[in-house]
Amino acid sequence: MAESPFKADIERVQKEYSEKMTPGAIATIPGSSVINKTGSWRVFMPEFNRDKCVRCYLCYVYCPEPAIYLDEENYPVFDYDYCKGCGVCANECPTDAIIMVRETK
Amino acid sequence: MPIRKVMKANEAAAWAAKLAKPKVIAAFPITPSTLVPEKISEFVADGELDAEFIKVESEHSAISACVGASAAGVRTFTATASQGLALMHEILFIAAGMRLPIVIAVGNRALSAPINIWNDWQDTISERDTGWLQFYAENNQEALDLILIAYKVAENEKVLLPAMVGFDAFILTHTVEPVEIPDQELVDEFLGEYEPKHAYLDPARPVTQGTLAFPAHYMEARYTVWEANENAKKVIDEAFAEFEKKFGRKYQKIEEYRTEDAEIIFVTMGSLAGTVKEYVDHLREQGIKVGVAKMTVYRPFPVEEVRALAKKAKVLALLEKNVTFSVGGALFQDFSRALINESEKPKIVDFILGLGGRDVTFKDLDEALAIAQKALNGEAVDEVNWIGLRKEIL
Repeated sequence: MAESPFKADIERVQKEYSEKMTPGAIATIPGSSVINKTGSWRVFMPEFNRDKCVRCYLCYVYCPEPAIYLDEENYPVFDYDYCKGCGVCANECPTDAIIMVRETK
Repeated sequence: MPIRKVMKANEAAAWAAKLAKPKVIAAFPITPSTLVPEKISEFVADGELDAEFIKVESEHSAISACVGASAAGVRTFTATASQGLALMHEILFIAAGMRLPIVIAVGNRALSAPINIWNDWQDTISERDTGWLQFYAENNQEALDLILIAYKVAENEKVLLPAMVGFDAFILTHTVEPVEIPDQELVDEFLGEYEPKHAYLDPARPVTQGTLAFPAHYMEARYTVWEANENAKKVIDEAFAEFEKKFGRKYQKIEEYRTEDAEIIFVTMGSLAGTVKEYVDHLREQGIKVGVAKMTVYRPFPVEEVRALAKKAKVLALLEKNVTFSVGGALFQDFSRALINESEKPKIVDFILGLGGRDVTFKDLDEALAIAQKALNGEAVDEVNWIGLRKEIL
């Protein structure tokens, strides 16, 4: 699986915010949304079937987070650290390559 | 030359705002402070004040607009009272947490129910834990001066906290007195242009304000508000000193009147201090050793000054126009906190009086004095006493 494109940002932002509290807790550099992982309260998760995928990118375009990025072959990769399980991708997918399944441990 | 004009405290507040030159004023009319935005809108309409006057549909929106404008980097002002201030409540925390030096003029008024438009301090006292600085004016001149001082303190880099200046509903807001309007040049020198270093809009410096803080950061963010309140104590003294130098009127966090050799010191705030000063003069003529301490600054709570005051008297009689249930008044709680670990402390007796605009007369004060004198003689008295209560209709 391809590495998250956010990795460098995460390290940079984490370093910056561990250093000093600003007056009014103002975030002075962009990227704090990256270190706050928002995938933890998901109930349903998207399950991806690579064989059905036609690489139309609709899921990638519609993801509101965005928690979908593309790998070297332009197939979608789901970043479960940030996916809130909203199901927009599954709803938009024209080939049913994405289905929402209840997340269990 | 400063001009002397006869005006109400509401007008004095509007004049103070004009002198401070805020860029954005957002306000909703509410009794008794309606006249403040009315007068300011006149100033703006006449071109005497170059500012954006935003007519909003509620106080919640008024303070929200001020937060937005202040976060964009300009000086802002609003006025309200009572339920209006209560409607601002949630945004008051946000303004303090975001460290935005907004100033509110508050015509201190009772809270519902029952509906009551007259004076007590319950509205601002109820907001004492929001992180805002709180000043209380004794007369119309102080209403004007304290608003200017509030800006000076609020915008100080070590403070960066919003501030509210309270003046008593109708007793001050609608009563005329001669007020000295300082020279614009002197006020400009005193306040200077507001140049925010933390909160401003600049496309070259994108920032996120009003952020989400996880448990790892929230406590630290709250501590900085605590720290700013502590810093404000010194900054207020400096601002008072500079104000005195420039304008010749002296202010202190706790102003003392005839407290030398006093056995009983009445502690109070706002316009009531004027009445009690008269009363003390009257008692001194009879040789009764009493004094008055007026709290000009209530938040940050001047702990050191309270401890110094406590050393001067045998009984501190707190006269309060507010109620903190099961406790008495808010001052009683604060004074108890300041003195609890002191080795020698005076007796503190709390008096609740004048709620909802009831006149506080010498007769009421006589009642309070009698109880304070009992305490002075070592007799047992109630810690909390309601003065002037009409027990016959209960």
